[in-house]
Amino acid sequence: MTPEKITPELFDKLVELAQFALDPSEKEYLRQELNHQLAAVKELSEIPLDPDINATTHGIEVQGAEPRPDVWVPFALPEAIIALAPESEDNLVAVPDVASARKAVA
Amino acid sequence: MSYLTLSAYEISQKVKSGELKAVEMVEAALAQIKAVDGVQGQLDYQQTDPAQDNKVHAFISITEDIAREHAAEVDRKVAADEDPGLLAGVPLSVKDIFCVEKTYSTAASRMLSNFVPPYTATAVERLTEAGALVVGKTNLDEFTYGSSSESSAFQPCPYNPWNPLHATGGSSGGSAAAVAAGETPLSLGTDTGGSIRQPAAFCGVVGLKPTYGRVSRDGLIAFGSSLDCPGPLARDVRDAALMLQAMAGNDPKDSTSSLVEPVDYLAALQQDVRGLRIGLSPDYDHIAYPDTETGEISYQSIQKEVSQAVFDAAEALAKAGAEIVENVPMPNSRFGIPTYFVISRVEAASNLHRFDGVKYGFRTDQPFEDLNELYRLSRAQGFGTQPKLRILMGMYVSAAAHAANYYQRALKVRAMIRKDLTDAFDPRGAYRIDTLLTPTTPTTSFKRKEVFGNSVLMQYSDQMTVCANHAGMPALTIPGGLDPAGLPIGLQFIANDFREDLLFRAGRGYELSTADASWRQVKPLVLREQEVNK
Repeated sequence: MTPEKITPELFDKLVELAQFALDPSEKEYLRQELNHQLAAVKELSEIPLDPDINATTHGIEVQGAEPRPDVWVPFALPEAIIALAPESEDNLVAVPDVASARKAVA
Repeated sequence: MSYLTLSAYEISQKVKSGELKAVEMVEAALAQIKAVDGVQGQLDYQQTDPAQDNKVHAFISITEDIAREHAAEVDRKVAADEDPGLLAGVPLSVKDIFCVEKTYSTAASRMLSNFVPPYTATAVERLTEAGALVVGKTNLDEFTYGSSSESSAFQPCPYNPWNPLHATGGSSGGSAAAVAAGETPLSLGTDTGGSIRQPAAFCGVVGLKPTYGRVSRDGLIAFGSSLDCPGPLARDVRDAALMLQAMAGNDPKDSTSSLVEPVDYLAALQQDVRGLRIGLSPDYDHIAYPDTETGEISYQSIQKEVSQAVFDAAEALAKAGAEIVENVPMPNSRFGIPTYFVISRVEAASNLHRFDGVKYGFRTDQPFEDLNELYRLSRAQGFGTQPKLRILMGMYVSAAAHAANYYQRALKVRAMIRKDLTDAFDPRGAYRIDTLLTPTTPTTSFKRKEVFGNSVLMQYSDQMTVCANHAGMPALTIPGGLDPAGLPIGLQFIANDFREDLLFRAGRGYELSTADASWRQVKPLVLREQEVNK
């Protein structure tokens, strides 16, 4: 079985979903490496799976994985978090006006 | 008595007894950094000074004010007859993937180049509470994505102290280099597929990936959340045990940190290797490497000196009283890298979606029309090539149309890899081993620029290390000799969940049984040159 290949069209779709603006040389390198990695994982689809084995998300059984009580614990210095944002207003993180941007696109 | 020859254990003992001052240790560390490190990693670096070719470049930032402040506090405690902690006065470097308050915590990425977190990672907090002195943050592959530390946005990347033309390995390359070059006796790294053990092996130091959940991930900038393990890099096994002792244990801030109580790791070192059953597996003497066009697999032997070092180690341990169990099957270990290509990328993509130029970190300085353009420009300019590649791969293999063939299967193969190991460790099984002895890496350190850019070949340098990450089990690398080019060889021990004590016992046993070996007298090139230039 030949490995799957990511076409330029499919690659562009992935890039759009990942929210990247890429230049042509970077696009070509990334697509080539992606296809090489897909060739490297090809054998995964061919491995005979042991039917008695269940999928594991952590390897080890996570010892402390009981869901914690959903209790709100405020961070002591919220203003320190807000101060990290590139843009803020009235102690809130500010973003461009999404609604008007959508209207402009439409 | 030289700072360069003291272990962390010895420093802590001498600081506690008043023979040495913590403030003296900070100054000694800073002097060594000044002597061998050269320029620290920085954005948009252009090298013009040839003298930098022979430096180590382990660090991105030096935190001398923090270290001096902590040192003064340690000395005050000693003077007041208060307990200064297990690591009293020991200089420590921290991989720049950990959040540390009042320090830039960059993940070696432009995306976080301006990020100063308002809190400190639990592991770092515990080490400093134990008296360790953070002198700086070390360089790494961007967001830990790599096995050579070359993908850092902060250049120059770390150079191997044994030969600066060679790679330190990665992603904890700065940490391994800092320990090997005598800058800090201890460093805190992280290991997702081998990122502590592979650079430790390349730089001739000790590195431990603890059991998943043994050390809190709180404050660690995440790569693969089901795989990431903070752990020590050190000059010897005792120092690694000391450091683990200081940071192991449950943390309410990390729900995956284990409730299992840590044991006394230093006490485990008092036991010799007599009666220890140490396994060897034929599945660890070669790698299965895919053709990157067809995916066809070919088998390649590992470097013969590395293979020989494993057999020599088994012989030395047998002479010391261990029982060697040969032909322990690990049939699924060859699937470790393909499985990792899928799981780690899915988790990386998930973790990197949060970086968007809005909440914290880098934002494009180009004009943008709308929020989407802000995202696209900020992510394109903030992330380097490796994060982009991992995001795209993770999105592809977890997409609804492909997940059954890739992600879901990878999770099952991961369980099969773990079963190979649990079967071997099973006290009622056919092999009943305490630890598996393997090479840490298929080769010794490769030259910088030789592999970088080939994402498949680079990933395969983790083939010997990655299975312990899939299984969640602990694994230790220790130096096991030098190859004919004078580059270090790493030996790896893997043990069952939470049996770090057995790893330390085996590793210490090997250290003691080879204490007089001639290769142990050889120092890294940068230290030899430092002596000559004195």
